[in-house]
Amino acid sequence: MARVFFPTSLQQLAGGLEECEIEASTVRELFARLEDRFPGIREQLASAAVAIDGDVVPGALLERLEPDSEVHFLPAISGG
Amino acid sequence: MRTYTCKVLGWEPGDMKVIPAEIGGGFGGKTTIYLEPLAALLSRRAGRAVKMVMTRSEVFRATGPTSGSVMRIKMGARRDGKLVAATAWMAYEAGAFPGSPIGPGVMTVLAPYDIPNVLIEGFDVVLNKPKVAAYRAPGAPMAAFAAESVVDELAEKLGMDPIELRLRNAVTEGVRAVYGPKYRKIGFVETLEEARDHPHYSAPLGPWQGRGVASGYWFNFGGETTATVSINEDGTAVVMSGCPDIGGTRAALAQMAAEELGIDVHRIEPVVADTHSIGYNDMTGGSRVAFAVGIAVVDASRKLIDDMCARAALIWDVPPEDVEWVDGRAQSVTGAAPPLTLEELASGSGNTGGPLSATVTVNPRGAGAGFSTQICDVEVDPETGLVTVLRYTVVQDAGRAIHPDYVEGQMQGGAVQGIGWALNEEYIFDRDGVMENPTFLDYRMPVASDLPMIDTVIVEVPNPDHPYGVRGVGETGIIPPMAAVANAVHAATGKRIQDLPMSPVRVLEALSEN
Repeated sequence: MARVFFPTSLQQLAGGLEECEIEASTVRELFARLEDRFPGIREQLASAAVAIDGDVVPGALLERLEPDSEVHFLPAISGG
Repeated sequence: MRTYTCKVLGWEPGDMKVIPAEIGGGFGGKTTIYLEPLAALLSRRAGRAVKMVMTRSEVFRATGPTSGSVMRIKMGARRDGKLVAATAWMAYEAGAFPGSPIGPGVMTVLAPYDIPNVLIEGFDVVLNKPKVAAYRAPGAPMAAFAAESVVDELAEKLGMDPIELRLRNAVTEGVRAVYGPKYRKIGFVETLEEARDHPHYSAPLGPWQGRGVASGYWFNFGGETTATVSINEDGTAVVMSGCPDIGGTRAALAQMAAEELGIDVHRIEPVVADTHSIGYNDMTGGSRVAFAVGIAVVDASRKLIDDMCARAALIWDVPPEDVEWVDGRAQSVTGAAPPLTLEELASGSGNTGGPLSATVTVNPRGAGAGFSTQICDVEVDPETGLVTVLRYTVVQDAGRAIHPDYVEGQMQGGAVQGIGWALNEEYIFDRDGVMENPTFLDYRMPVASDLPMIDTVIVEVPNPDHPYGVRGVGETGIIPPMAAVANAVHAATGKRIQDLPMSPVRVLEALSEN
């Protein structure tokens, strides 16, 4: 199962959890599972950058997740 | 530029062609729009070309500085120098609307260090000042000023060399960053070791002189990208991208294509195309071009080589796998035919399927993180408070420096901007919030005569997610200088100045305090 970490800003929506484990084979499926469990969270996730196993993945919705993947949601950052 | 302008005007992207001009520096201020929608609208109404120019004062007043900020940082360590806990409280000015770079500020402030217990609070503060805008590594330099000053203070209390303290706590591959994910391949330790072993670090100092060290971290960025590589009939090549060149990227892209195609780089013309001539490209920013466009150029070159080998196989009537690309020529592995040069393949392309050209689009992951460690020597005039930078060395991980001169230029430019931030540069507002120094006469930037030659050491820990190991280098260099200068001033005077800029007046005030 993917290990999902919530930033502080999402922890209230995520029932106070810092992290949880979710069965999902893609980021899109992960978002759906998270929405099932924490209604309203998908809208917040839409504007976040998704990091999978240490890499920020652009356009991550269709990205595949491994059973031991770590997923983080970060502020979207580009630079100057 | 096109996306933003069209969004403001309610136009479709196809309604507008953006023709890139030479920009010079970008530094974040060129990643957004100012007068463009007005000029476009006036042009449509008038049916003529419209040129609008902002005066220097208008640029100062209306385009947005980076955030003013206040920070409180606390760190705890064992006697052996291992950091055990840290807290950071950070407030960044946003101007009249939310949107300061507090996000990257809180993510970078302690990013260089492996600290088991961390609490970071960040505040995006709305106030009656002009809106802020992106400025080279947005949010990170001021955070590093605070954190790296505390690391220096901690080293002094522990009686430990400040680079040694950093080495004992430096993040490495697999360590979890304070903002969550684990680091992939990074070169922070290597920058510290190079700095420690550099002759600068052990050079003697005189009275009222001091040496400071600081480090910094930046994420870097990838972004949506299109690149095209085409071969002319004479065997020369054109590398086309859509990202204006603000740091030598045309040369680097041409070099990568030359390396792949096996031809002299002078036979390649790098071109920055308008928005109707190439597919979509994200902005030039985030230190992304050599990384992301580089990947697209390398992939396009390889696609082109596969195509040329297939055409040679067609000409020789042999299987494609019997052809390889060596030194700019298609070569039969069995020696069945003499090699075909790029020029021969290009001039005869009409008989093998048409012009030789390949386009690749990418949205790459794996923009390798950048680290820099910098050493600064200053001399402080105790009568005037003037701080003079005597010697300055930038050590930075570039992954792989495709064009070392341009990479050094980015490192030097970042350091100089940071030194200006440290010693002189500030927006001064009157009681009504009006900027009082909106010209370069009163806004004091460092010029060549103010500074010594900035020495550079390029560390190369290749980024595994780029075919040549490239990491972005444009922004990381501006992150450590304020702390490096402040730590040097402290070493010279015994005074730890916590407000920027460290102008003569402020230094004199510090010297007068008991």
